[in-house]
Parts: sequence; C-alpha cells; structure tokens
Amino acid sequence: MTYMSSISRDDVANLAKLARIDLSEDELAGLVKELSVILDAVARVQEVAGSDVPPTSHPLPLVNVFRQDQVRPSLTPEEALSGAPAQEGKRFKVPQILGEE
Amino acid sequence: MALRYEEAIARYEPSLGLEVHVELATVSKMFCGCNTVFGAAANTQTCPVCLGLPGALPVANAKAIEYTIAIGLALNCSVAPFSRFARKNYFYPDMPKNFQTSQYDEPICTNGYLDITIDTDEGSKDFRIEIERVHMEEDTGKSLHMGGATGRIHGADYSLLDYNRAGIPLVEIVTKVIDGTGRHAPEVARAYVSELRDILRALGVSDVKMEQGSLRCDANVSLRPIGSEKLGTRSETKNVNSLKSVERAIRGEIIRHAELLNSNQRVIQETRHFHEDTGLTTSGRSKEQAEDYRYFPEPDLVPIAPSKEMIEKIAATLPEKPSVRRKKLQEAWQAPDKEMAAMINADVLDLVEATVKLGADPTRARSWWLGEIARIANERSVAASDLAISAADVAEIVALIVKGELTDKLARQVVEALINGEGRVGQIIQSRGIKVVSDDSSLMAAIERAIAAAPDVAEKVRGGNIPASGALIGAVMKESKGQADAAKVRDLLLKHLGQG
Repeated sequence: MTYMSSISRDDVANLAKLARIDLSEDELAGLVKELSVILDAVARVQEVAGSDVPPTSHPLPLVNVFRQDQVRPSLTPEEALSGAPAQEGKRFKVPQILGEE
Repeated sequence: MALRYEEAIARYEPSLGLEVHVELATVSKMFCGCNTVFGAAANTQTCPVCLGLPGALPVANAKAIEYTIAIGLALNCSVAPFSRFARKNYFYPDMPKNFQTSQYDEPICTNGYLDITIDTDEGSKDFRIEIERVHMEEDTGKSLHMGGATGRIHGADYSLLDYNRAGIPLVEIVTKVIDGTGRHAPEVARAYVSELRDILRALGVSDVKMEQGSLRCDANVSLRPIGSEKLGTRSETKNVNSLKSVERAIRGEIIRHAELLNSNQRVIQETRHFHEDTGLTTSGRSKEQAEDYRYFPEPDLVPIAPSKEMIEKIAATLPEKPSVRRKKLQEAWQAPDKEMAAMINADVLDLVEATVKLGADPTRARSWWLGEIARIANERSVAASDLAISAADVAEIVALIVKGELTDKLARQVVEALINGEGRVGQIIQSRGIKVVSDDSSLMAAIERAIAAAPDVAEKVRGGNIPASGALIGAVMKESKGQADAAKVRDLLLKHLGQG
C-alpha cells in the first residue's frame, strides 16, 4: 500500500520542538511514518461519522462530576520534592528559563 | 521631547482590551483538596494532582463553578448549557503539569456587559463595557529567579519554584474591544476594574486584593489615527497591581505608541511589564515564535452542564449591585458626591456602613474613616481596612464624643493607640488616663487660677478684647494636660468675664 504522508517531516519537527523532545533525523523519519498511519486511520473514521455525530472528547456520557470545596491533607514538602532532580530551600530548582536579552 | 498625553490623544484614537484574573476564595484548590491559604511555607500545599504526577485524577471544585456562574450572571452574561475544560500546553516551569487546565472555545459564560460612570471636567459620563467571556482556569506556581540581574528572569542563573499557588481556581474576565473612550481611556479602564472589583467583593467570590495578586489586570492597548477604521497593533501590559497603576499604565502606553507612530516606527505586538516605580513599561518575554498552545479538550475532566435550576438558584442569591447600593447609601447618609467618591477611592464604604449600623451618625462616621484613619493608612501605605481598628471601635469612639466623654483631639489619640495595638477603646482610655475634664467646678477653679496669674489679660477680655482670651484658655488647657474640652473652657471663661 502506498500513501501520501498526511504529516510532514517539518510538522513533526515543529511538534517535537513545542513538546521539548529532542529527536534525531532517524527518529523523525520513523515518527512521520507512524503518525501518518494513525492520522490516516482517524481520517477514515471521520469519513464514516456523519454531520449528525458530534466530535467526541469524552468516551462516557458524564457531565458535572464535582467535588465539594473541602481541604484535604497535602504532601509534605519533602514528599513533594522527593522526585525533583534538584531543589533548594524547599523549592524545586530549575535551570535558566530565559537567557540575557 | 517626550510627547504629551494631550498631543497623543489629539491624533490617535485608543482601543482597549482588558483581561482581569481573579483568584477565587475557595478553601481548596480547583482540582484537588490542597489548601489555598496565602503566604504558607513553600510547597506545603501540593499533592499529586496539582503537581501533575502520573495517574493523578483532577475533579472540579463545585464551589468554584458556582462562583464563576455567579460572576457571569452579575456581569449580565449568558451561561453556556455545556462547556468543557481544555489543556493549554506550554513548557514553562510555573506549571508542573506542562499544561494549564483552562477553557478554550467553550467558556462557561459569554457576552455580558458592565456599565460604569466616570467623573470628568464636563460632568459624569457613562460607558458600557462589553464582556466577551468569563472562563475558568487555574493559577500557576510562583518563581524566584536567582542570580543574574537581581530578581529578573532574563539572565538568571536558575529559578526556584513554589507550587502552593498552582491550581488555585482562577477566573479570567475578558472584555470586547473598548472603543470610543477617547482621552478618557485610562480612567474608563480604572473605573471598569474598580467596579468589577466591587462586584466581585459583593459576590463574596474573591478577596480581590490587587496587592496580593488575587485580582490582576492585563491591559491591551492599541492606537489608530483618528478617522481610521483599522485597529492598530496592540501591546499587552502585565503586572498592573493597583487601580492607580491601571490608569497610569494605559496612559503611558498611549504615549509610547503615539511616539512610535509619529516617528513612522512600528508598534511590536508583545507582552510588556509595568513598573510601579517609573510608571513605564518594558518589553517582556519575547514572542518571536507565534504562540502555539495546542489546546485540546481535557480528557480527565467531564464537561460542565449547569441545569436551569442550578443557574436560577445562583441567580437568586446574587447580592444587590454595588452601583445601586452606593446610590442608596449616598441618599441615606446625605453624602455629597465628592465625599462619596473619596470613600470609594479610599475603599472605606463598607467600614462606614458598618460604623453607621452600629449607631454612629453618618457624617461623623465618614469623617473619621476619611480623616484621621485614612491619614494613618496613607502614612503607612496600607488600606484602612488592614489597620487594627474596626467599625465597632469607631462607633464606640463616636458615641463617647457625642456623650462629651472624649474630645476630637483625645479621640485621635485613642484612634492612634488602637491602631498601634494598645488594646480596646476602654482599655486605652483607662491605661492612658484619658478623660475629658468636664466637671465645671474643677474647670472654674483652674480658670480662676489662670485669671489670678494674668490679671492684665483678664482685664483686656473684660474690655471686649475676645482674642486675648486665648492666653487664658491656653493656661487652663496646659494645667489640665490637654484633657479639658477647649470649647467648654472658652465658654466658661468668657461667661465668667462677662463676655459670654
């Protein structure tokens, strides 16, 4: 089966950049193929769904699931920070966000 | 060389767009049960949900939804019968989840308006500010930028994150383009934020403290040449943390845009930061790549579909509109427009009302809140409501003045002592030994002594030289250590010398 890729290499590269995922050229090429297969499958489903079928965002027909406004115990700062690669003064330490202007 | 505001406004028509963020006063966060108390130790109010740990499942806070609908109704919006949360994807460490739960194309409330009035030199003017949408989202964490130029994100070596605030329910209220305000644009914006704040406070949905960030305003400003139809390029000014700053920031941006346009330069569409100290804005985060948040419906939260009954129930609990309430109070108190405006500006309307409810005369009540108390609040750069003096204290003081047990001067001492935390009114009067010397016989004795000490002055007064009595009154006041009622001393003295 031959198909036109429904997503381009540049699209995938841009998405990877937005998602902060570093991909090699090989990985990019592989993902273009894989994502295209997924998109094609979705496109076929879209063809079947008539205009009377609203886009589905949730698989279950549930609405209004709420919790009451009540305080529950939080984690301790030690627990909260236990998975942090770096910390300082009970705060999460992150690398430089923006360089000099 | 700097352009004057009047010159800018003579050539260009400003258009505004205001985005107000309000932190809701729920006790727990938007999607989890973490506490929302302001000022807690870093990272003591987090859990797997608000830290975005794998497998955590958010559930929306019912109260936050009710509050948002109440805000929408108070702003004359339609409430959507069906709306969804959406993920706003971005990588910035203030959100540990790497997305913010927000709403995109389906906000809870849409298409409302808020009417405001401003005072101008041509009398009062009314404006209708149209509201585009009221939507729900969550607040972000707080960053401390370390190293580099102090406290700034640019060039910082690293940043430290506290996620206590991340996940606190936040409502964003967005106006449509506000046009046709001309030179009044800055005041219109201020009046809008002020009126909105009053409404939110009356609803009880937020503590609306701009200085603590529970009410924040982003101001979009653009200019176009007068007569032109096409909107100019806008800038978005953030970090505007007081009503006064809203006005200043917009005024400043109008001038800055006009200067650029006058010299044929381009206004860059960007975020700018307002600086309280200079009143100017500087360029913020650069937005070289267009924003691409890849919004999509939040799969972990089910849609919101408020029933008619739910909306009607909320509508039935809406308080009186602040504008209506103000009119009623003004009539009841017979307060002149200027004083009414002063009370609103000083944010003491509620306090004056409470003081009057406790029995104080409206004129006396407002003169204390607008006078001595406002003066001390100004001096200490805090709000009058943050001082350690309550409506009950002021009502008690006013009652004592009416009974003649305090003079205005002594009452000012009591007010200051109260604010300095020296105890309640009764305790202060006792511990400071404050009492009005009103016992006529002891005052008369003091007057006699003063006359005996200065018979020549007394003679002048007897001869009709009333101003000369000041020296004698002063002597009596001195003897009483300032505790006598000066007006009373004057009366008694003049009568005694045949001038009463």
